[in-house]
Amino acid sequence: MSGQIMCQECGQRPATFHMTHVINDQATEVHLCEQCAREHGEFDFLLEPKFSLHHLLAGLLEQHAGAWALKSPTQKACPGCGLTYADFARTGLLGCARCYETFAGALEPVVRRVHGHTRHVGKAPVGREVPVAARIQQLRRRLQQAVAEERYEEAARLRDEIRQLEASQGAAGGASREGGPRSR
Amino acid sequence: MSLDELLKRERSGWMKGDGPAADIVLSSRVRLARNLADTAFPPRLSPAAAAGVVERVQAALPSLSSALNRRFALFPLKGMSRLDRQVLVEKHLISPLLAKNDAAAVVLSEDETVSIMVNEEDHLRIQVLMPGLQLEEAWRLADAADDALSRVLNFAYSDDQGYLTTCPTNLGTGMRVSVMMHLPGLVLSQQAGRLLGALPKLGAVVRGMYGEGSEAKGNLFQISNQVTLGQTERELTDNLSSIARQLVEQERSARERLYREMRWQLEDRVCRAYGILTNARLISSDEALRLLSDLRLGIDLNILPHVPPQVFSDLVVATRVGFLQKAASRQLTPQERDLRRATLIRQRLQAR
Repeated sequence: MSGQIMCQECGQRPATFHMTHVINDQATEVHLCEQCAREHGEFDFLLEPKFSLHHLLAGLLEQHAGAWALKSPTQKACPGCGLTYADFARTGLLGCARCYETFAGALEPVVRRVHGHTRHVGKAPVGREVPVAARIQQLRRRLQQAVAEERYEEAARLRDEIRQLEASQGAAGGASREGGPRSR
Repeated sequence: MSLDELLKRERSGWMKGDGPAADIVLSSRVRLARNLADTAFPPRLSPAAAAGVVERVQAALPSLSSALNRRFALFPLKGMSRLDRQVLVEKHLISPLLAKNDAAAVVLSEDETVSIMVNEEDHLRIQVLMPGLQLEEAWRLADAADDALSRVLNFAYSDDQGYLTTCPTNLGTGMRVSVMMHLPGLVLSQQAGRLLGALPKLGAVVRGMYGEGSEAKGNLFQISNQVTLGQTERELTDNLSSIARQLVEQERSARERLYREMRWQLEDRVCRAYGILTNARLISSDEALRLLSDLRLGIDLNILPHVPPQVFSDLVVATRVGFLQKAASRQLTPQERDLRRATLIRQRLQAR
């Protein structure tokens, strides 16, 4: 036989999918043919490109998956619904609210790419307070606008309100994770 | 309120043809994606659990009714005929995705202004549809509906990321605001490509009439916000309103310029459309949509002062395949449809 690598799963067909798994600093090589790769589900994001918003998203996921795979121990499944990262990368859809924690590391760069932001500043369900950080960000936007429109009295009032909130936040031990407001 | 009654009614609230800038903005829509915190999202939901979601939404309706002072009814998709589903899609009350799902349901207010898709991509898609450019009003109503529901349903929400949605592209506010615009002036003067192509820089995207992946026919364009996270609902609403207002201005000046510079070509086009629409015996859905767009332009430019403007949105919906079949109460062959479509258009236009 020539130097061609055969699929380690079936041993019948030449391997066309090659991947290196890094688990606890131990590198393991995986070589599969297309058919076995399909069955494995592991290379799903490389197969059958389809054109929809979800699949465009899946393209983004693929770019970020590599980096995340290095940090993340195994192919973990979401404890809430059993979704694996491969499932997510294939469809672009999450399985339950807990997926956002389970795949937080992989989602963060994707969310940043898609939205240009990572923090919610909109409304909250009745009975839940809008978090201080979000309120500060909302006020900062209004401040920028007030300054731009030369409404200085309002701007001064907003500035004081922001300072007050920031002080209360400092006292509570929470700090804004995002630098400052983005100009838009 | 029975589903049959509701489906045979041609004119939903959004088709009244009134509202600000209604000559160019056919409708304004606000949609909020919401999920229940303790249940798997619809794509991973068992049929039994999906039925549970429908039950919980049903139980939340009294709270919604009293907050919005409107009557609501829930209709499960299971048992609904293919035809009824198609009519709901054509009226823009449900999405093509929901129409295919037997585990889904739709909640409708009696005037069809508020609808809630249950078990679409997210557990709830709260939708408000209004005529003309009224995004702010639509947002206020959607906000009130969302508040009322959130008092009785525990929505998946995190302080950092906002409302948690099945697809991360809807994360945060879960809000999609959109306008349906009729832009024949920009298309005829070949400015549509340039102007609409610049929208992504302003945070907006263009889709066809029936949402993602559908084609823009009859010079109708659906424009909506691109991102859902990192801006407040009010900012998203204001931004899209301002884009829509600018496009209305551009469309108006394109129409004026066309009329000034090419009056006879334009009148000829409009009157030929009127001639065909009032005389054709067989007409396809695509041809009807194209000619109805010309007709509407002629109405707006006062070339056809005797034709009432709402004929356009009425006929755009009433001549869709599902609607014709619903009116006929049976499946129709393509030729039967073309015949009925042409007859319907002639009747409507000659009723004056």
